[in-house]
Amino acid sequence: MEDNKPQLFKVTVDGIEVEVEPGTTILQAARKIGPEVAPPAMCYYQPLKGSGGKCRACLVRVAAGSAKDPRPMPKLVASCITPVQDGMVVENTTNQQVIDARNGIVEFLLINHPLDCPVCDQAGECDLQNFAFDHGKATTRYEEDRRTFEKHDIGPYIQLHMTRCILCYRCVYTADQITNKRVHGVLGRGDAAEIGTYIEKAIDNDFSGNVIDVCPVGALTDKTYRFKNRVWFTKPVDAHRDCPTCSGKVTLWYRGEEVIRVTARKNEWNEVTEFICNTCRFDQKKTSDWVIEGPTKISRSSVISANKYRADTIKPDFGKRLAAATYKPIDDKRDTSQLDIQQLPPERFAKTLPSALDKEP
Amino acid sequence: MATKILTEHINVPGIETFDVYRKQGGYTAVEKAFKTMTPEEVVEEVKKSGVRGRGGAGFPMGMKWSFLAKPEGVPRYLVCNADESEPGTFKDHYLMKTIPHLLIEGMIISSYALGANKSFIYVRGELMYVIHILEKAIAEAKAKGFLGKNILGTGYDLELVVQPGGGAYICGEETALLESLEGKRGNPRNKPPFPAVKGLYQCPTVVNNVESIATTSWIVNHGGEAYAAIGIGRSTGTKLISASGHINKPGVYEIELGVPVEDFIYADEWCGGIRPGHKLKAVVAGGSSVPILPANLILNLANGEKRLMTYESLSDGGFQTGTMLGSGGFIVMDETSCIVRNTWNFARFYHHESCGQCSPCREGTGWMEKVLHRIEYGHGHRQDIDLLVDVAKKIEGNTICPLGDAAAWPVASAIRHFRDEFEWHITNPQEATQPGAVYRGEMALV
Repeated sequence: MEDNKPQLFKVTVDGIEVEVEPGTTILQAARKIGPEVAPPAMCYYQPLKGSGGKCRACLVRVAAGSAKDPRPMPKLVASCITPVQDGMVVENTTNQQVIDARNGIVEFLLINHPLDCPVCDQAGECDLQNFAFDHGKATTRYEEDRRTFEKHDIGPYIQLHMTRCILCYRCVYTADQITNKRVHGVLGRGDAAEIGTYIEKAIDNDFSGNVIDVCPVGALTDKTYRFKNRVWFTKPVDAHRDCPTCSGKVTLWYRGEEVIRVTARKNEWNEVTEFICNTCRFDQKKTSDWVIEGPTKISRSSVISANKYRADTIKPDFGKRLAAATYKPIDDKRDTSQLDIQQLPPERFAKTLPSALDKEP
Repeated sequence: MATKILTEHINVPGIETFDVYRKQGGYTAVEKAFKTMTPEEVVEEVKKSGVRGRGGAGFPMGMKWSFLAKPEGVPRYLVCNADESEPGTFKDHYLMKTIPHLLIEGMIISSYALGANKSFIYVRGELMYVIHILEKAIAEAKAKGFLGKNILGTGYDLELVVQPGGGAYICGEETALLESLEGKRGNPRNKPPFPAVKGLYQCPTVVNNVESIATTSWIVNHGGEAYAAIGIGRSTGTKLISASGHINKPGVYEIELGVPVEDFIYADEWCGGIRPGHKLKAVVAGGSSVPILPANLILNLANGEKRLMTYESLSDGGFQTGTMLGSGGFIVMDETSCIVRNTWNFARFYHHESCGQCSPCREGTGWMEKVLHRIEYGHGHRQDIDLLVDVAKKIEGNTICPLGDAAAWPVASAIRHFRDEFEWHITNPQEATQPGAVYRGEMALV
């Protein structure tokens, strides 16, 4: 071999070609192209080794296995764990079978979900909300009682709402890989499986707070932030401090002058790459504790990202009509740190629901 | 007289002991393999025999063996899957309790062929008495020098470990079994990598069913070609069928693959016909997870030919008019069986046994069970039938392991072939919920 560079694999996702290194997964290859073709991921978390394959939200169809063997794969495959081959052709948003399967997954995830978004702290930055927004229906076919669990107290910092859990196992991997002792895990089987500590025990570890950041839904939330505010009323600001245990790079969430929450920084895929310690997360809540870097670049999946719920992105007719009747686009280039919802003119807000729906688009 | 490979000596008194088994020609295959054959030659014979995995999937065993990765300095493992938990299947249980040395002999030969020095038999936890039988048999074989260090002076070492499972159906899935064997939660792994590359303790591993492993001693003794001469086409050899339900003679039967289904049900040699005064309504041919077929379709193919007990003939016509041989759990139902109740019972089983790892199976199995329960107890709606079909469709093929498919197929097939019966339950709830009430409408009984 004269050439030291590894040979790159050519992969086509939804008709767009990309070159990636061998060993890359389909999902990573699609992410390299861009958010338009990247499959949704509810359980896969790139920084956590071994995650993925469980939620089945990222199913794609492989129309051609490789250049050598161009046969299609017989079943839909989980793109987050399937490595690419040279010449692979993947159909993601362009295949109806994939869309149908994903619609099914949303339905399955929601049948036992409490849908308590109005009181859930995760609302606005919830992966399940976003996934349901893209692939869900406004109605349900499920008539039975929803599954409930006994409440467990897992310590002074973390609130566990098992009813909201989608069993992605991310918090289990987090505790395994970034803390030195895991005290929680999945107990039970099937739809009775739950996250727990077996014998009621507080999760007590310097890095335990990270399970809050990795949780795709509101199953694990920050007790110090509980019911304090809605995420879309807060202003995120990047900041850092000299921390002896972690990198100290965080996002501060302001309400007015007050820091009401500290989280790790998330990348555009809503993933934390540098985990932070509990001291930074729960104890340092004064602006004077931090060196402010500037406004956070908002992740595309956040509810406060500009025009996320733009009328033409809304799929169900109901929502579309509602949005068309009430929504006025705002300047996309505006600095989100300057957004103060209370200063917006009242006509920016929806009229009452029935009158808004009177007008057909 | 039909050839018997596994059950030839099964009625000999004391066959569970080493001495009687040895007197009936036992362990000669080990001697033959160790003294006259290389491991590669054993693999070659198994390949020639065309024997297919008897656990349900029907994957050729020789091919599975040849996929085993053989990196230097890494141990290889053979694991025997004796976690038989499929409703309607009880052949491995019967084989292990009556003739344990057959499995042990097979394990020795297979381990030798694959180069494994430590092999495991993973038995489901409920069968504790079988575990004691196996352990006793292993101790006997060890005392006679067929197990342990330097077997028969060849320098080959083999240790055989019997591991009780916790009684979870999911641990019969090969990667969940390996997780459980490692002492972890029995969740199926994502594939690839397959166990042949990274299995038990991340080492190359072959997982085989009890019946598959037990055939190897006959194959070594008589040759792969003699085995392939039995049966029809790609369905070679014999198969143990666990026959249960409304037949005169329930039990485990060893058949040569290729026997017509009609003969199997009605001949005195096997099931001995439907119980007196009743007629055949439906058959689940290969354990609870394969599609159910009505009487006319199980006896004859869609084109009118006789259906045979082979992998190919049973799956003829796809799922529209066919089913699968599966693990050989042959459940026969007469006209007193309620298909709705039976389907609900199966769905309840899969709901209970889903591991809860991936969302379609975790949520979908419970949903199907609840809807079927509702229909069975007279609270169903008309749209529930289509709902069930749709939910089954959305589970099928979208899960990590085949349990999702196994849960979806019985529901989808019951509705496909017995839709009238579901509708009758929904439109006549008062009648249908009477004790012992069964749909008596138009259907093909034989």
